[in-house]
Parts: sequence; structure tokens; C-alpha cells
Amino acid sequence: MNSEYTETNSSTSVQNHALGHLGYIRETIESSMSFTAIPGRAIALVGFTAIVAAWFAYQAQTEFQWLMIWLTEAAIAFVMGSYGMIQKARQADVSLLRGAGRRFLLSLSPPIAVAAFLTAVFYHHGLFHIMPGMWLLLFGVGVLSAGVFSVRPVPLMGFTFMACGVLTYVFPAAWSNVMMAIGFGIVLIIFGFIIAKRYGG
Amino acid sequence: MIEPTPLQQERLQGIAGYLADDAAAEFDRLIYERIRLGIMSALMVNASLSFGALKELLKTSDGNLSTHARKLEEAKYIGVKKTFENRVPKTVYRLTEKGRRAFERYLNHMEALIKASRGN
Repeated sequence: MNSEYTETNSSTSVQNHALGHLGYIRETIESSMSFTAIPGRAIALVGFTAIVAAWFAYQAQTEFQWLMIWLTEAAIAFVMGSYGMIQKARQADVSLLRGAGRRFLLSLSPPIAVAAFLTAVFYHHGLFHIMPGMWLLLFGVGVLSAGVFSVRPVPLMGFTFMACGVLTYVFPAAWSNVMMAIGFGIVLIIFGFIIAKRYGG
Repeated sequence: MIEPTPLQQERLQGIAGYLADDAAAEFDRLIYERIRLGIMSALMVNASLSFGALKELLKTSDGNLSTHARKLEEAKYIGVKKTFENRVPKTVYRLTEKGRRAFERYLNHMEALIKASRGN
């Protein structure tokens, strides 16, 4: 009985040791994969441009003008975000086409493509007022799925975007520019600074 | 005394073979330290990482990281490239083929240990 007990104890200890090592390896791999992908400083800067865009959108004379302002902001955000990712990857001397960068782009691209498609559909039907909620929700879905294997602030940022998207539909349509400023502005600035400070730029 | 099943016997032989291998034993000794295990793990999924990135990732000091990295470098598990960027020295680490093979064997060994100790 004693020898069986000792055998069980030693077997558990070996198993715990191996599991401990594998757990540490997995944790390090997950952290290192997410370490290089998201450009904190760049998305914080995008946040500032989104607040400026919200101000211009608020003063737009026509719905078409309003849409053009936000599409211009989307293009600026795309350029700044891409540049930030390239710079961050270059600093860490890693390729964006493998590992964390690739996974981030692959997760974010489908919801962004759907958002672009729905924008065209809504424009065709003149449904401008439901665009902001859709943009925030789909961007949130993309960030949330991209952030599943990333550092904690990333999925949290995705969830916050989705919450902003839901609230955009709850509040009157007149508030949509404010919700866009909160979502693409303040949320990006806050999370951008957190990521820049804690996760290498 | 409990007799191991043929499958368990096979796994135990695999583990014994690994432990009898000098190269594997050397890797085990090196990897036992957490920082070194962390360096190898991070480099398994990143083509290369700078000294600063590794330091931040593993939350360690300059001295500690360079000591452990040097040991892995001496064993030829990792390679180091020192360059200048805007006149600032930059150290970048990569996993060598020897290091990748040793790490994969180590992972298989850990997996076999868990399976053997679970007895299934």
C-alpha cells in the first residue's frame, strides 16, 4: 500500500512538473506572439484624428458629406495603423506576415470587409443613421477575435467597441457622432496608451 | 507491483531513451532555468526578437537576461546579431536549427512524461 502511495505521489509530481513547464511555455509563447502586433502609439493617434473627424461630421451639411468625412477618417486610420504596425514589427525585427501580425490581420480583415460591404448597401438604401452602430460593432468583433490570443487589453478593447455599437442603437440617432467620438476616439486613445506603455510601443 | 501496459512500456522506453541522450540531458540542464525556457519559447514563435523585447516580455533585468542568453548562445541554441540603429546598439536573437530541434524534442519529452504519468 505504501509503495503504491509513493508511486502515485511521484507520478503526480512528475506530471505537475511537466505541466508547469508546458504552462509556462504556452504563456510565454502567447505573450510573445501578441507582443509585436498592435501599435499602441499609432492607434492612440488615430483616436485623436477620430475626435477631429467627429467634430467635422457634426457640422456636415448633407448625409453624403457626413459619410465622406468618416470614410476619409477610415482611410487615414488605415494608413496610420498600417504604418504603426510596420514600424513596430521593424523595431522588434519580426515579420508581419507570420505569427502575431498575420493572425491579427486575418482576424480583423473579415469584419472590416463586411463593414465596407454593408456601408455600400446602406448607402444605396439611404440608411446613413444605422452606419455608426454597425461600424463600431463590426470593428469590435474584429478586435475581439484578433485579441483572443493576445494581451488582455486587446479583447477588452474589442468588447468596449461592441458596447459602444450597441449603445449607438439605444441612444437617439443624433448622438451617433458623439458615440463615434467615444468609440473610435476616446476608447482608442485610452487603449492605445495602455498598449504603448505596457507592450512595447 | 503494477505491471505497465505495452503502451506505457513503449512510452517509458521513449523517456528513458531521451534521458540517456547526452544532448537532451544538456538541453534539460540549460532549460531548467525559467528565463532560458522563456527565451527559447519566445524565439520558437518569433523569427527574431530584440534584447529589449525579450527583456520586457520576460520581465527581467539587463544583467539577468544577458547572462542567460549567453549560456544559450554558448550552447549554440540561439544566435545573436549586434547592429546599430540610429547610432544606438541593438542586439537581436534568433533560434538556431540546433535549438529548434532540441526544443521540439523537449516538448515531446514533456508530453510523453505527462501521458506516461497519467497511464493512458
